[in-house]
Amino acid sequence: MRRIITWILSTVTVVVMLFGYHTSTSGALTAGQGTVFTGVLDPGASRSSGGSGQGAGPRTSQGGTKGPAAAANVTGPVVQTHYGPEQVQLTTKASAITDVNVLQYPHSSSQDQQISSYALPILVQATLDAQSADVDMVSGATYTSSGYLESLQAALDEARQ
Amino acid sequence: MSTVTGEQARHERPTRYVDHVMGMPISLAMRGRHAAGAKALAAWAEVMQDLSEVDRVFSTYRPDSFVSRLARHEITLDECPPEVGEVMALGELAERESFGAFRVRRPGPSGEPMLDPSGVVKGWAVERAAVHLRDLETTDFCLSAGGDMVCWTLDPLAPPWRIGIEDPHDPRRLVAVAHVTTGAVATSGTAHRGSHLVDARTGLAPRGVTSVSVVGHSLTWSDIEATAAYAHGLDAATWLSTRPVSGLVVWEDGTTTPIGTTPGP
Repeated sequence: MRRIITWILSTVTVVVMLFGYHTSTSGALTAGQGTVFTGVLDPGASRSSGGSGQGAGPRTSQGGTKGPAAAANVTGPVVQTHYGPEQVQLTTKASAITDVNVLQYPHSSSQDQQISSYALPILVQATLDAQSADVDMVSGATYTSSGYLESLQAALDEARQ
Repeated sequence: MSTVTGEQARHERPTRYVDHVMGMPISLAMRGRHAAGAKALAAWAEVMQDLSEVDRVFSTYRPDSFVSRLARHEITLDECPPEVGEVMALGELAERESFGAFRVRRPGPSGEPMLDPSGVVKGWAVERAAVHLRDLETTDFCLSAGGDMVCWTLDPLAPPWRIGIEDPHDPRRLVAVAHVTTGAVATSGTAHRGSHLVDARTGLAPRGVTSVSVVGHSLTWSDIEATAAYAHGLDAATWLSTRPVSGLVVWEDGTTTPIGTTPGP
């Protein structure tokens, strides 16, 4: 169960990061950047290691080992991610996760600093046909299959080996 | 962009595949180890199968699709495949992020409530289908569905995919070229579909803007951002500049506004 919770907390962090990634940007967000939990979620152990404070390890709010029906909150450490501090909390009951809360979410200002990774499209002036364009693909307002026949993209696809 | 990468890019012409689903062309360009051959064909078949399945579930043109039946209140969301809930949740998020300019539920032509998740579905579906291509070792790809695409390059120093941005006033011309290593490009506008897109807040076609292209991290979001920016009409560029993407707004009068950062040294 401990291992499962540890794994799930890591996964939750990843999910939260992925959920947030449309407002960040930057290069590829790998699972490695999101998998930031390393603490072992043992209620007893975290009590005995008391005094380590925020960021040192996960902790529970209600002992958590009283019986199968006892609900427990498992709080992860504050994790410094690429996008700012993040902390999640799981509520478990009878070995099942019943709730997930994001206690701290990476602050938007730190995400704003990431806004720089996609260069401006380069404006081109001349009339270009498929041969002279030297492009791999064409982005345009949604082609239908019929409109496609007239498009530059069709000419590019036509030139395939 | 150094000259060297440009030269390298020209050395290997991508292998191309085309097929049609959801009433639109799907174009695939691949380069590298499995650009051609049995593995490439198998992955391409999986992509197409995935997109056909999405069409079966989400098409508003098919009266028997889950989404059509959901719109007619014949079934509930719980009776739909879980992806429908996922897409509807994305639609709600998009509505919030676009300040209501983008809506999955909006008034139809005669005022009746309409359920149209197609503005969310395409980007989401293509991004999801592209996963099959990521399994090919040492192979880069660019997968486009009707002009919206996912680009994937394993080596960050490899030449980027060169994506032409179509001139909405003349589909035989380009207005810009975007260089994308790994990411997404989406364009929204009326060039090929007539006045289909509306500002959900007014139900009217947006004013002043002809197309919006977005270069971003995820196609799901670039597609939503392009549509939402377009729906903002005269405020398209202002709204898009609040997003963590780059892009290009083409106005009715033929002028353009690039959004984002200038290319680095």
